[in-house]
Amino acid sequence: MSATTSGRQIGSPRFYRLQRWGVEALCLMLGAMLLFWTVAPIYNMWEIALDSHDDIFAGALWPAHPSLDSFRVVVTQDFWYLAHFWHQFGNSFIVGLSTTFLTLGIGSLASFTVGRMRLKNGWMLTNAALMTYVIPASFLAIPFYRIMQIYGLANHLSSVILALSTFATPYAIFIFSQYSKSIPMELDESARIDGANPFQIYWKIYLPLMAPALVAVGTYALLLAWNEYLYNFLMLSTPQSMTVAVALAQFLNSDESPWNFMMATAILYALPPIILYYGFRRYMAAGLTMGGVKG
Amino acid sequence: MSVTQQALSAGRAVGLRTRRRAWHGELIGAEIVWAIAFALPYVIMFFAFVIYPICYGIYLGDQPELYAELFTDPRYLTAVLNTILYVGIGVNVKMFLAFLLSGFFMRKRWWIKALLVVYILPWATPALPAYMSIHWFVNGQWGMLNNLLYYIFGIDGPVYLNDHWMGLACNIGAYIWKNMPFWTIILLAGRMAIPQELYEAAAVDGASGLRKFFHVTYPLMANLYLVCILLDTVFALGDFNATFFVSGGGPAMQTEVLATLGIRYAFTVALPRLGVATVMSALPVLIPLVYILMRKLRPSEGQL
Repeated sequence: MSATTSGRQIGSPRFYRLQRWGVEALCLMLGAMLLFWTVAPIYNMWEIALDSHDDIFAGALWPAHPSLDSFRVVVTQDFWYLAHFWHQFGNSFIVGLSTTFLTLGIGSLASFTVGRMRLKNGWMLTNAALMTYVIPASFLAIPFYRIMQIYGLANHLSSVILALSTFATPYAIFIFSQYSKSIPMELDESARIDGANPFQIYWKIYLPLMAPALVAVGTYALLLAWNEYLYNFLMLSTPQSMTVAVALAQFLNSDESPWNFMMATAILYALPPIILYYGFRRYMAAGLTMGGVKG
Repeated sequence: MSVTQQALSAGRAVGLRTRRRAWHGELIGAEIVWAIAFALPYVIMFFAFVIYPICYGIYLGDQPELYAELFTDPRYLTAVLNTILYVGIGVNVKMFLAFLLSGFFMRKRWWIKALLVVYILPWATPALPAYMSIHWFVNGQWGMLNNLLYYIFGIDGPVYLNDHWMGLACNIGAYIWKNMPFWTIILLAGRMAIPQELYEAAAVDGASGLRKFFHVTYPLMANLYLVCILLDTVFALGDFNATFFVSGGGPAMQTEVLATLGIRYAFTVALPRLGVATVMSALPVLIPLVYILMRKLRPSEGQL
């Protein structure tokens, strides 16, 4: 008897309404905290970039005299740290795009051999890729530096491109072999019966059908290249060969760093990957659910 | 188009066995050459840029004296302690929060969907600008954090990066900030893959929210969660950027982790062998982790 009365109280519309409001209020609070946590460092970047040079050390929460002057200085290369800014930006693009295409090319060829042509002992390739995937890149940096000197690639963009591709390709092979399982084998076979050679199958059937995975992995490789600092820093030391990442870190060397210029550079540097990421977000989600990802 | 249709009808006509055999084990003549040629770029890359550096690293760090030197080096021991804390706290706290947040983002509200778009921002932002901003954000004198504390509570915050533990906490916080969105998305995808029918069946059987969690969500997510933890442990162990750019290893090299200490020994102090030894001393932990992950991630075992 008492059970039914209490049940009626708990189940009353008023109770449910209160509960719903309570949950909603909690969600809103959590959302507000999350928003603050996420946006604070990014807002900080903008605040400093919009500050004028004298205001950086005033410690204001919003710029006292907001101006785009820092951005003008960066774009016109009007500061000695930034003398080669556009050249270095170009270097960053060369490194990012080359890494992307090298990763896609080598990764898709390898996954085609293992997954579609089923080369004997192909599993060894997959295992080798997995092993590379889980070895931290920073642990290999010291021997890598020496080896690039032995190969004669020191201070050349290709050293960084090769290093980054090495660390991005395993993920590509991993994702491609997962994704290619959804493509029917019959397509390959009928093309084969029609007399296509393996390269034609790869180029005309495999690659077009893999487009979503290619976009996801390509975005990943570009983000990886853009996030990388250590290898850029170790391999590239002259202003001509540097990427923006190395140039940015140079600001930390001097005592009277113009932080507003640095943050303006940082924002300009951060824009391409952010635009790319939000542009390809749908594909990224498809790629992510397909398998594990390197952070 | 016609090729596709032919292929599909052909696939239906012939049996499963012949279908599989067409590529499998029946590579003839030129095809084997093609297959090897396709695999060759990766094989060359693997030997030139993975095997060679690993062997070279082992050769550089193979002297026992180096390790004797390390184990009496107080900076190394501090770095080991920092690494354990960095990885232990950074990975577990982040993953647990990401798991909770993935549940939060399952809610179907327009503003939660909009929040998710903003929430990804730290992951899409390159590491370097993000960590530099955090470095300035927690600056004791001019940083925004202490300014906020002053405006809201009227207190002077501490100089975070001048203290061993607070500096380490800032590094860990920055690492969590940068990577949590990514793991939230992974866990969110995992949650979305759970068929809704399971929850409906549980509800019909009278399961409450908590019971649904323990009898449906938890068993189905446990493996994914474990793989994420292991994978991120490896990534955190090798993470260089957060420590290097937020605290810079300071004050007085007290917040260095193994990855940054190894680089500092090799390139700032110019003792490459000691640097390699510093990094290699993590191998007893790294190798079992890599082994388990390789088994767990093998494509045949299905999704991550």
